Amino acid sequence: MKLNKTVIAAAALTLTVGPTAVSAQLADDITLVSWGGAYQKSQHRAYVEPYIADNPDVTAVWDESSYEAVAKLRAMNEAGNVTWDLVDVVASDAIRLCDEGLAMEIDHDELLAPAPDGTSASEDFGDLIVSDCFIPQIVYSTTFGYRTDMVGSTPPTDVCAVFDTAMYPGKRSLEKRPINNMEWALICDGVPKADVYDVLETEEGQARAFAKLDTIKDDVIWWSAGADTPQLLADGEVVIGSTYNGRLFSVIEEQDQPVGMLWDAQVFDLDGWIIPVGLSEERLARAKDFVRFATDTQRLADQAKYISYGPARMSSAPLVGQHADLGIDMAPHMPTDPENAKNTFLYNYEWWADYRDDLDAKFQAWLAQ
Amino acid sequence: MTAIDSPVLTADGTPLKASLRRALRREKARAFLLVAPLLLFVLLTFIAPIADMLFRSVENGIVHDTIPRTVQALRNWDPEESGPPGDDVFEAFYTDMVFAVERKSHTRLGSRLNYERTGLASLFRKSGRRVGKFDTKDYADAFKTLDPAWEDAATWDVLAGSEAASLPRTASAHATWLEAVQADGSDPLEGEPWDVLYAALYADLMQAPAGGFENPLLNGAQSAAAGFEPVSLREQFAAIDEDWLDPQVWRTIRTYAGRYTPGYFLNSVDLKLTADGVQYRDEGDRIYILLFGRTLYMSLVITISCILLGYPVAFLLANLPLRTANILMILVLLPFWTSLLVRTSSWKVLLQQQGVINDILVALRIVDDASRLILINNQTGTIIAMTHILLPFMILPLYSVMKTIPPSYVRAAKSLGATDWTAFWRVYFPNSVPGIGAGSVLVFILAIGYYITPELVGGTRGVFISNRIAYHISSSLNWGLAAALGTILLFAVLILYWTYDRIVGIDNVKLGG
Repeated sequence: MKLNKTVIAAAALTLTVGPTAVSAQLADDITLVSWGGAYQKSQHRAYVEPYIADNPDVTAVWDESSYEAVAKLRAMNEAGNVTWDLVDVVASDAIRLCDEGLAMEIDHDELLAPAPDGTSASEDFGDLIVSDCFIPQIVYSTTFGYRTDMVGSTPPTDVCAVFDTAMYPGKRSLEKRPINNMEWALICDGVPKADVYDVLETEEGQARAFAKLDTIKDDVIWWSAGADTPQLLADGEVVIGSTYNGRLFSVIEEQDQPVGMLWDAQVFDLDGWIIPVGLSEERLARAKDFVRFATDTQRLADQAKYISYGPARMSSAPLVGQHADLGIDMAPHMPTDPENAKNTFLYNYEWWADYRDDLDAKFQAWLAQ
Repeated sequence: MTAIDSPVLTADGTPLKASLRRALRREKARAFLLVAPLLLFVLLTFIAPIADMLFRSVENGIVHDTIPRTVQALRNWDPEESGPPGDDVFEAFYTDMVFAVERKSHTRLGSRLNYERTGLASLFRKSGRRVGKFDTKDYADAFKTLDPAWEDAATWDVLAGSEAASLPRTASAHATWLEAVQADGSDPLEGEPWDVLYAALYADLMQAPAGGFENPLLNGAQSAAAGFEPVSLREQFAAIDEDWLDPQVWRTIRTYAGRYTPGYFLNSVDLKLTADGVQYRDEGDRIYILLFGRTLYMSLVITISCILLGYPVAFLLANLPLRTANILMILVLLPFWTSLLVRTSSWKVLLQQQGVINDILVALRIVDDASRLILINNQTGTIIAMTHILLPFMILPLYSVMKTIPPSYVRAAKSLGATDWTAFWRVYFPNSVPGIGAGSVLVFILAIGYYITPELVGGTRGVFISNRIAYHISSSLNWGLAAALGTILLFAVLILYWTYDRIVGIDNVKLGG
């Protein structure tokens, strides 16, 4: 009711003022969907606070539902009542939402701001636009952290340390899904990086990956939430474990735990916005206005002050400064930093969109055996 | 005589019987109105979702709705053939795909079919991008050069009406085209006909007997079309991806063309529906039977643990003086009032290898530091945590039943010479069985559908079927399979309930009183 009154009041105000009628076409509230935690906080401080400072009439509401965004959006769409305006999802989910017709296809150059030097948005984002519906925001990576006090005098420098139980005894944590694990297993089984997906496409290649994972199966704690590995590392439950690089940053720099980063063979992934299909005209206009602001060069660079994820725009990279609270330089903590990105692995979205269901069934069967 | 035959009347002159009936009806209506909110609530939040779930587990309209012409054409194709289907199927598929791409439903169909055959999602996505740029543009150009009338949407409108019988493909494609253009909000008569219409017209003209049209425009077009360079749609599709020539792809589409499919149910029991009938899945893909079995087995273990731990507590509660019993009761209820997630997370802290229990055992030298017990991320973890969480559901019904057993029964048994054990076993215990029954049914049914605790502490071998259902609902989006798994779980519970009723009798279950 209160909301309605505000809307009516705002409408009445714009009507009387007249010339500002343009803003009457924009909805006054916006519902943003994200992942919660430090990441959502970084978005709030880098995008939402300055946006609201410019547009004091707007109320932004966060919904921490990105984990189930695809399912919820599908349910909303079936019910014919989409209540979200912008949804933060990983690239693979964006592709699926686009496939399902739940996310809006957009023209990146028309919707998004060009770089300060005039480079068009589609060039500035480059290859990171992996789907017609996807508005890239950050590059993050899934990589390994290890207990510096449990690896002796030879800290691991190679991702295959995960499979080396003789050199690094103890439990390790891996994500409870085939993505990334299958690739790392093949790389450590001697498959060249470029051939990983060709090998994984065959039955023999899949068997090979599972055989490699079999060698450590009894030593693995499988995680399903990004916070699991940091907790397991902090408790000394595991000697090495995979998680998102931003989580490791906060364990190492913010919580000061004896944990080290292993950037080798980090798997780059993307996170960004999609606009749901089925928004009313006013809400769509507001969502578009916000997303144009939130993904401009400065805003993306600002976000790196609060979290160690790389901005998706090329033009943002030189603007990355220091951490807002800790005062440390953020550039060396970015997954995209040249020092960290010496050996990276690019996750193949299209391939996984096809093989996900099949390999997941196999992976779960393998886990259960 | 007449006085007896004539009906008894009430004060206002209506027959007494009718008046009574009306009063009764009013009473009934009032009673119904009283329960109506609850009935509506149950209907909306319980019956309707379950009905929807049952329906989803067999529903498969997407294939038929997205590519109706292809489904029709594939009916005449023998799936035993070693090669891909004939040109008619590719023609139909081309028409369907163009409109599906316009509605953006081709990728949705791709994800649906990808559940059955890996690779179809990208095949449909890729083809969707290219299907609008086929060489069928050559037909369009050729027809337009022949007669400018073909550029005019009105020509098509007239022909699709008057020649529908002799131009079936064109008429059907035109009807869908009209819908697509109108859905776009534009005037169809102003629109430019799409290439797909020309391709359909070409196919119709080639099939029709020469010169058999009444319309001279068509006769002219027909004789000219014979000289056009034919565009093989099969090759156009093959140029996108060789997979379109793979008969397996078409067999999958044909197998799943029906509006209803048993496919999801077969998948839920590790079978699969193929063109050759129902087959077992590969050894490495079988998982659901194992998970159903494990869910039942672990729920049973949890129920038994709850009985063993709950019975003595309930006995104490029922027999201690009220003051002490109340304090004990609070201890039982306290965890009940604590958030489920908090309790599960505390179990993590307690049970992990560097956790409290292991630390104590190591400090007491009961276990060696190198061989700390693995109590979590396996079945043990799930059983411990879930037994704790479900224990109140066992204790409370047990307690309320035990409370009603008169102490004089046991005293009487003892005065007749029974030992303590005999008095308990022959007199007290049989009286408490309805409580065990109620507690077991409650705990077992709750356990069988549990999700969050196994997910957090179950590792890989301690997870339930519900975790897979959640996965298919929120991650893989295979809602049909999730619905089928859920339906099987529902019927498993109903069958168990029925068996229980047969063996113990549901009248013997008491929640109290």
